[in-house]
Amino acid sequence: MTSSASQPWWKRAGWAVFAIAVLYAIDLAAKIPVGQTDGSTRPVLNLYLYQIIASAAVNIILAVSLQLINGITGQFSIGHAGFMAIGGYAAADFSLHSGIDLAAICGGGALGESVSFVVALMIGAVFAAIAGLIVGIPSLRLRGDYLAIVTLGFGEIIRVIILNVDRVGAARGLSGIPQKTTIFTGYAFAAITVLVVWNIYHSSFGRAMLAVREDEIAAEAMGIRTTRTKVMAFVISSGFAGLAGGLFAHLFMYLHTNTFTFVKSIEIVMMIIIGGLGSITGAVFGGVVMTALPEVLRPVGQWRMVVYSLIIILAIRYRPQGLLGMRELPDILASLRRKKGGAR
Amino acid sequence: MRFGGLYAVRDLVMKVPEQSLFGLIGPNGAGKTTIFNVITGVYTPTGGQVVFGGTAIEGWLPARITEAGIARTFQNIRLFADLTVLENVMIAFHHSSKETLWDAVFRGRRFAEEEERIRSKAMDLLKIFHLDGFAGEVSSSLPYGSQRRLEIARAMATSPRLLCLDEPAAGMNPQESIELMKLIRWVRDEFKMTILLVEHNMRVVMGICESIQVVDYGETIAVGPPDEIRRNPKVIEAYLGGA
Repeated sequence: MTSSASQPWWKRAGWAVFAIAVLYAIDLAAKIPVGQTDGSTRPVLNLYLYQIIASAAVNIILAVSLQLINGITGQFSIGHAGFMAIGGYAAADFSLHSGIDLAAICGGGALGESVSFVVALMIGAVFAAIAGLIVGIPSLRLRGDYLAIVTLGFGEIIRVIILNVDRVGAARGLSGIPQKTTIFTGYAFAAITVLVVWNIYHSSFGRAMLAVREDEIAAEAMGIRTTRTKVMAFVISSGFAGLAGGLFAHLFMYLHTNTFTFVKSIEIVMMIIIGGLGSITGAVFGGVVMTALPEVLRPVGQWRMVVYSLIIILAIRYRPQGLLGMRELPDILASLRRKKGGAR
Repeated sequence: MRFGGLYAVRDLVMKVPEQSLFGLIGPNGAGKTTIFNVITGVYTPTGGQVVFGGTAIEGWLPARITEAGIARTFQNIRLFADLTVLENVMIAFHHSSKETLWDAVFRGRRFAEEEERIRSKAMDLLKIFHLDGFAGEVSSSLPYGSQRRLEIARAMATSPRLLCLDEPAAGMNPQESIELMKLIRWVRDEFKMTILLVEHNMRVVMGICESIQVVDYGETIAVGPPDEIRRNPKVIEAYLGGA
């Protein structure tokens, strides 16, 4: 595993600025009005397509955060949707109430709205992380199937609790959430998520998580506090899930607990399995593939869900290690270079 | 140490002198691994004490016991199979690392320094154990004898004062056993280590141990240097049955 610790900070900052500029440009381009044959103008990307592309960013965050606890630390958690829900509802609630005041305090306009948005997202992430701590501490003493069932249970508990909170709409759902998630903000946060998880993975903590995954007893014998490591991964993971939830809420402008059932949790698990369990790059691919697939299959009409399920079954059957297995992008690039360049 | 109605180990007193090569032997089911697991924190004894360097450590988490200076290897080699040889050893430096989570995420100077420190100390250890050539290899691809050596090297990376080896010669042919004996003796001398050895291979035990304790049915039946143990009638009976 290579260490990026050697790059000078200004080089890295330069790359970051470049990436941000590119993202912003893409977002602007997507909104350019194009003249239509009937005389009206529509943006390059219609709202539907825009939302799909932005939701891919949300799914990337969900997949990468789940990868940290499932693929890297090896803890079988299938309640991720619960943390997404907490983040979404907490962020939305803030935006609908205190957020308006905060925006005004910051002078209103674009700056005020942006500040309010970011604060809402952070609140969502923090609430989700706290929930992760509460769920994680008792649950992570369990192993394997038992942990899976407990996380599944907690996911449902969270969902049902939210379902009974009138302030966030209960069974009616929560509507009127301002649309603040853009392709730019979505992918910017996705990039931050990938960067943070990548940095943790390539550090002593990442190695400790891998050790817990590979052999908990040996890890403990080597001085690694396994429960502490698992809880750490779990809290970080659920925090980012909350961030994804907040972005989701401000993208689709409406929340209902029916979105956050364990089926959603399983979908996120499928993302990391398709992409490759243990690979951060794989999680990114898995998130994108699982977002695109239902849309790409629309021409198949009513057979869409059948074909979708079939593809997943075939993928697991013929490539159980996922698209990337446990490899990351740098490893793939390196092996491609080897094949082209001959001797290395 | 009681498991329900069964006393796996009862009324046992074991004193391991510093920097000694101490052997723990006995027939199968005698309670050796139980004693081992009590010392290394896998079990909390139902009665009695484990005292290490003046401190009572029974009931401590295994990770805390390792921090206190006791390292162990396992009967069935427990390497981190899918990780490389170097990563296996680097992991053992985690508990003594000064990296914080913040450092890892924001990659300041302390992170770079700590990573470099861990990496070079791990490589040094691999060099001493003649495993540096395998550094980038996945640990499960190593030959068996090298895997054993790696497990010992990894345990040494935790900077222990007591090294507990659980049947290190298991599955080794005579040539490998001789290499292992040399290795263990060398580790003790080079690192001023105290070594506690559980072993079935009598050649290894008699060959390197300075002091041996024999247990059977959870109780001590003899303690002493190899020559005495070899001739002790109770020991002979325990292993070979009554005449």
